[in-house]
Amino acid sequence: MDRVLFGDNQFFGINHMSEEKARAQAIRFQRNEPVIEILDAAFEEGISTFMCTTHERVAEICRHWRAQPQKYRDYKFYPCMPYAHKYANAVTEYGIIDTVRRFLPEEGLLNAIVRGGMSLAKKDVEGLATLMIDAEMKMFQGLNTPVIFLQNVVTDLLLGIGFKDGLRIFADHIRSRYNAEPGFITMNLIRLLDALDELEIINPIVCSNVNKVGFRMCGGVAAYEQAIATRRFRPIAMSVFASGAIPAKQALEYVCGQKQIESIVFGASSREHMHQTKSLIEALS
Amino acid sequence: MIRAALVGLGKMGISHQAIITAHPDVELVAVCDAAKYMLDVMAKYIGIRTYSDYRTMIDAEDLDCVFIATPSRFHGEMARYALERNLHVFCEKPLCLDVDEGSMLAEMAAERGLVNQVGYHYRFVGAFREARRLLQLNTIGRVHHVLSEAYGPVVIRPKGSTWRHNKKEGGGCLYDYACHAIDLMHYLIGTPHRVAGTVLNNIFSRDVEDEVYSTFYFADGITGQLAANWSDPSYRKMSMRIMLWGTKGRLNVDRQECQIFLNEPSDGDPDLGAGWTVKNTVEMADPVWFYLRGEEYSTQIDHFIQCIKSGNRETESTFASALLTDRVVQMMLADAHRLDGSKGVVRQSERRTKLVS
Repeated sequence: MDRVLFGDNQFFGINHMSEEKARAQAIRFQRNEPVIEILDAAFEEGISTFMCTTHERVAEICRHWRAQPQKYRDYKFYPCMPYAHKYANAVTEYGIIDTVRRFLPEEGLLNAIVRGGMSLAKKDVEGLATLMIDAEMKMFQGLNTPVIFLQNVVTDLLLGIGFKDGLRIFADHIRSRYNAEPGFITMNLIRLLDALDELEIINPIVCSNVNKVGFRMCGGVAAYEQAIATRRFRPIAMSVFASGAIPAKQALEYVCGQKQIESIVFGASSREHMHQTKSLIEALS
Repeated sequence: MIRAALVGLGKMGISHQAIITAHPDVELVAVCDAAKYMLDVMAKYIGIRTYSDYRTMIDAEDLDCVFIATPSRFHGEMARYALERNLHVFCEKPLCLDVDEGSMLAEMAAERGLVNQVGYHYRFVGAFREARRLLQLNTIGRVHHVLSEAYGPVVIRPKGSTWRHNKKEGGGCLYDYACHAIDLMHYLIGTPHRVAGTVLNNIFSRDVEDEVYSTFYFADGITGQLAANWSDPSYRKMSMRIMLWGTKGRLNVDRQECQIFLNEPSDGDPDLGAGWTVKNTVEMADPVWFYLRGEEYSTQIDHFIQCIKSGNRETESTFASALLTDRVVQMMLADAHRLDGSKGVVRQSERRTKLVS
């Protein structure tokens, strides 16, 4: 994995610090051109991995990438699925079961309908899950997706209710169908590592909050430090600045000081900021 | 271990299920839902005991408490059944669609010494708790006006087939969104004794209101305004905001930030100078043992469990307090009724005609 990964919160009006900032960014990035401009700027800075949710707008970005295969030959996407609000809003409108029906893929129509229908009838969650993963992955066809993540809302929901096999279903399908490494995003690192150990999923890629102030790090800073230092997994650190609460140098000194952390994901909306952050990471690593 | 059961496996239900199951002091022994499909999936993949009738479940299982996350229409009868069998009850909001029933439930819980809580999770959000603390310290002086707003993209087209779109089931913006905004005002200021100018409009829905506006009159001359609109797609998700004006300054609070403006430096707090001070969720959120969607969802459940363990019946969001919110809803419905003589929901076309004539 690249040392520095580019995140997508700023493009979709997500800012955990402030709703005003979030709105300003949503306005700035409501068209695709500014988004592509920023991604291209990151690419020029040597950041060639985009870790993004499966929001419909990402599908439009993907089209742009597919149209220039030479330029983006070395580019990687790390899809993070599902985009929770799409499903949450649908569940409000249609209920859980009808939402599942609506999001089954259209192509390979007969096959999907038959598989989907049978899976739905048999309460075959595995079949349904693989179909929905395929639906989420459609937008990345033809693009390089070496790591594919399960979003924290789903990872942590499965962890909470105790349906750990759901994590294995995801991992197996990502490996077999996409020949990619499965990754898990979580707010509950310790709990997830325990579950993955139980499932004998060895040396998993796990993305979680890692920052100096313990923001959304369940179990606390010390427990996370210990897990990172001693347990066998491939950590990606996110929310390293704790949504802007920690000054850049301090924040990165803390994260880069933990040598087992493989990669750092962050978002930026200016070239200058990207450049500063990447340079700091390189200097401190 | 506290033995718990959950009724209702919808969006809120499964979120609660994850948090309850992950709680170190609770054993979730059974779940109940009307959809046999969901029950079968749960039984097959988690191995938990499942029921399609809550009465059978409560009678069969040895329980300490029940969590109710069904459509609002069923809250009253389910809570009653549980309380009658001396179980502590956590019930999703609003408590009840009928204030008499709600009143009976609050009394029953009190008489039997049972822990009772309603899911007004905003009371557990760091920013709103900080606002309450500042108000109790008289930081912005005498409060004279409050504005409470809730906006979101729940109903953005005419279709819709779930209970949220059905008045009798407790659907509609008033019960689903505005209740949070009313309860927060209650948490921070108090309950209004009178409401006026209540508007209930459909925008896309046929059967329920999509936006709600009203003016509130509190004790000591304090006024308030409520605005709720769940048909606004410019919001990515539900956005709750409250503004309070006082003689010494004002507060502007949402889930992420508590913004404080003071006319002069604070007497009591050396960190609060004149002008703006902004406190952010990062510094105000208390860490939780398990995180799903927001600290407040875990904190409210942990609070309920700790109250059961300690025997403290005065949870931060009791039936009695939730009942006050339900009473305000009744006042608003009656007020809207008075204004236009209809059933309390004003259709856009009718409204235009009325204005003209």
